[in-house]
Amino acid sequence: MFDWNDASSLLGLLNYWVAIVLMMAGFYTVIAQHNLIKKVVGLNIFQVAVFVFYISMGKVSGGSAPILKDGIELYSNPLPHVLILTAIVVGVATTALALALVVRINHSFGTIEEDEIQTIEHDEEDIA
Amino acid sequence: MTATAFWLVRLRNLFAVIMLSGIYSLFAAALYLVMDAVDVAFTEAAVGAGISTVLMLGTLSMTTDQEKVHKKVSPFALILVLATGGVLIYGTMDMPRYGDINAPINQHVANRYLEKSAHEVGPPNVVTSVLASYRGYDTLGETAVVFTAAVGVLVIIGRTQNKNMPGSTRARRRREDELDEPVKPEDGARKNEEASSS
Amino acid sequence: MMTEKPLLRVVAKLLIPLILLFALYVQFHGDFGPGGGFQAGVIFAVAFILYSLIYGVRVARQAIPASATRSMLAFGVLIYGGTGVVTMLMGGEFLDYNVLAATVHGGQHLGVFLVEFGVGTTVAGAMITIFYTFSGHVNDNLPFRKHNHVVTPSKKGDGH
Repeated sequence: MFDWNDASSLLGLLNYWVAIVLMMAGFYTVIAQHNLIKKVVGLNIFQVAVFVFYISMGKVSGGSAPILKDGIELYSNPLPHVLILTAIVVGVATTALALALVVRINHSFGTIEEDEIQTIEHDEEDIA
Repeated sequence: MTATAFWLVRLRNLFAVIMLSGIYSLFAAALYLVMDAVDVAFTEAAVGAGISTVLMLGTLSMTTDQEKVHKKVSPFALILVLATGGVLIYGTMDMPRYGDINAPINQHVANRYLEKSAHEVGPPNVVTSVLASYRGYDTLGETAVVFTAAVGVLVIIGRTQNKNMPGSTRARRRREDELDEPVKPEDGARKNEEASSS
Repeated sequence: MMTEKPLLRVVAKLLIPLILLFALYVQFHGDFGPGGGFQAGVIFAVAFILYSLIYGVRVARQAIPASATRSMLAFGVLIYGGTGVVTMLMGGEFLDYNVLAATVHGGQHLGVFLVEFGVGTTVAGAMITIFYTFSGHVNDNLPFRKHNHVVTPSKKGDGH
């Protein structure tokens, strides 16, 4: 289906690529960083990437915001908006849950660095 | 926006990271506005730039604001990320172009919402009628998730004031190792902050 | 401490009623313009969070105690679910608003209004509860300190 000669059609994919690049930045943060707060921030970046992906899919060229008004014929797709709207609020609630776990971990282990936590747990297994 | 994201990944000072993530959210909100999602932009600006920043600062005040320095960049993670990104970009080649009205997503149920919601539900804001009426079950579930998350936060750290919390002895022992002196349970957390910030 | 700064306190005093008013506008005007329960709840919570940041969490907890926010949290879900049950009792299906009033539009409008109100209440309750928890003083029984205007041990001042 894809026509390699049509360079202008590649530009139409830019929104997906932005979302993917952002997503990979978040993904890298989650798997490679050792700091737990940084990991939560990484998850947030990842999350926003997904949101951008959804919203950009719902955009219709020349369309306006989906608030009905006489004289406007073309609207952008409201469905992704609904899904992402709820997802954002749920996202912040779950982020709060993750941060609560981080606080609790800091309370138990005295650190929020993943490798240090593993060392402590390892030491305790040796003692036990 | 992408630049902000990369800067975020590189930064070591967690306080700056959190401020930047607020800026990142604001950029995202502006982007949603450009893409006609006024409701979403509104929510992102209020939630992402407002509440999450405050919550993260709260966490920071209870933990530490400096990340430990790791010199090595994990090559395995980098390869994994690049490979995944490459596959995903390859996957987008068949995707409908940005703003295409003939894309499958714009041909399905959305048209019905746009055409009939004024008649069937009433409110001119289609997002509201889809949210509360057509997809009422969905939103009920989301509300329940928010409720559960708040209860979860209460359960996990709602009683941090309790000095007899299990596990705190372990952290105290660790601090004693670091400082070479016994630490009283009450000011253990504060000493730890001092130790880590110096 | 934040609270020693008169400028912040005056500006906050001016802003907070406006923020609350705006939250209510967003809540009840959400059918016509951008807005709705989720946004309104967050903005409502932001007003209280600003208040606690400027005047101290302890004062804010006098204005709206943690038990009240927790009740809001549960009450919102109750309103939402209750609307569904009422429609069932009135002969419709779960969350079928058409039966709530004589006309379809009237019923839908009432249904959407109630449901959005439930969402707003839950979200506002959740956000304030989470904030209170993170500021480290969820325990209602703690005695009040002498200095009411001091932001308590959570070192909020760090960020400013």
